[in-house]
Amino acid sequence: MTFFGLHFQDIVFYTLATILLIAGLRVITTRNPVYAALYLVLAFFTAAGIWLLLEAEFLAIALVLVYVGAVMVLFLFVVMMLDINLDKLREGFWKALPIALPVGGLMAVEMVMIVGARNFGADVVPAPAAHPADYSNTAELGRVLYTDYLLPFELASVVLLVAIVAAIALTLRDRKDSKSMDPAKQVLVKKADRLRIVKMEAEVEKNDVVDTSAQADDKGAK
Amino acid sequence: MEWLSNLFGSYWPAVEITGWTLIKIIAIVAPLMGAVAYLTLAERKVIGYMQVRIGPNRVGYFGLLQPLADGIKLLFKEVILPTASNKALFLLGPVLAIAPAFAAWAVVPFDLNMVLADVDAGLLYILAMTSVAVYGVIIAGWASNSKYAFLGSLRSAAQIVSYEIAMGFALVGVLMCANSLNLGKIVLGQEGGFWHWYFIPLFPLFIVYFISAVAETNRAPFDVAEGESEIVAGFHVEYSGMAFAVFFLAEYANMILVSMLAALMFLGGWLSPVPFIPDSFLWLLAKVGFLLFLFLWFRATFPRYRYDQIMRLGWKVFIPITIVWIVFVGGMMQTPWAHLFH
Repeated sequence: MTFFGLHFQDIVFYTLATILLIAGLRVITTRNPVYAALYLVLAFFTAAGIWLLLEAEFLAIALVLVYVGAVMVLFLFVVMMLDINLDKLREGFWKALPIALPVGGLMAVEMVMIVGARNFGADVVPAPAAHPADYSNTAELGRVLYTDYLLPFELASVVLLVAIVAAIALTLRDRKDSKSMDPAKQVLVKKADRLRIVKMEAEVEKNDVVDTSAQADDKGAK
Repeated sequence: MEWLSNLFGSYWPAVEITGWTLIKIIAIVAPLMGAVAYLTLAERKVIGYMQVRIGPNRVGYFGLLQPLADGIKLLFKEVILPTASNKALFLLGPVLAIAPAFAAWAVVPFDLNMVLADVDAGLLYILAMTSVAVYGVIIAGWASNSKYAFLGSLRSAAQIVSYEIAMGFALVGVLMCANSLNLGKIVLGQEGGFWHWYFIPLFPLFIVYFISAVAETNRAPFDVAEGESEIVAGFHVEYSGMAFAVFFLAEYANMILVSMLAALMFLGGWLSPVPFIPDSFLWLLAKVGFLLFLFLWFRATFPRYRYDQIMRLGWKVFIPITIVWIVFVGGMMQTPWAHLFH
């Protein structure tokens, strides 16, 4: 089915690609860091849309779930709380430019060399055949991950685990003056730990003469 | 039909699919809006009777037209844009809150083969949509440029990110039992009476899921993001009229959604509890209704959690429980008792 000579998939692709490029550009050009983070969210979202077009629904949804739903929330969380002075950030722009330009240019050249038309052009990589309706991308991914790529997969998860442990070990400092509560201790508290009942004699005033006038005054006051 | 297909010519198949899908969407969203409206009334009535009050009973018989009156009132109120707020994001906030709450319903099955999009990764899609919903709250709080609103949105962001992990792990247990991410297949995996429903082998995960769901929807006792007595109304303190109502609708739509998911994944969805009564959509309604009643019951019963208690419960209690139970289920599946977990 075509619309004005374009396939429906092409229209969706070019729309998403345009949004993705604009969002990506705005991430680095916008002045407000919160806007930048939100544009990055938009970029992830449209990238997920393009992955859906490639029939990689598991990866697309995982991208939204992990990057949009968790990583960027934490990003925004931090960025929103920062009081960023934009003038100060831009101060070193011209000084850093002579170094940044060659580095950035080198990266761009590298990327073109790797993902350019020579390796990934339409004539090199044939269009993948459409899968039948009952083909499960998720199940297929799981099968490959736990058979052919078991070792790299497990290695990657061990590396991640080490990173998690290292991050916690680096930042966890048990402050001695911290007044945080320990619920286990709170639950274990018994009456005897907190409360001391002291038996003592009733204190009786020694003077036997009752001051009747004072009592009368008390009643009057009430 | 004939003249329509002639009118659109070769575009007719596309137009036909789009039209049918739109009709189906309306058939889902319209009753959902009605359910949201009457859930607010049910909440006021239920909590009223729990507190030995009558609740709204002036508008219509038994107060049944109260949601309409509320809706009309909110429609006619002015939407105030605070001067110091970020206007575009301020208006985007409510939209981002309600859009995922409705979008998630695309993959929810209501009966055998009665589903808008029979997506294979349906459960993942719903998880993704519910996790995107937090942006509405965050953006609203930040764009309001108000301290209380900002505090509310920060609390909400931290809370939702924490409980999402426990919720996701609880669902992993369901996936292991059902061998599928498709919600329809998950329900069909529980066929054969209530002793086949997943809440029995996955009981700890069911409890963790439901409590996390209460936390994810920012409902009492996890409503620190609103916390009337601490931060006025949290992230929507600056919103008025319909803009506020949209947040309100999103909250209740999310409540119905998570109850629906709990009913589908742990309580057998539309399946009947005993084999001699036929399966029906009414069973699903009854289960969802019961879970929603629990939401209201919680609100009438429990005092609000303190913030550090919420974090502790999520990270130090729920996540370890879910991990242990997933390992347990995985181990049991290698033993002769594996059939108990399918």
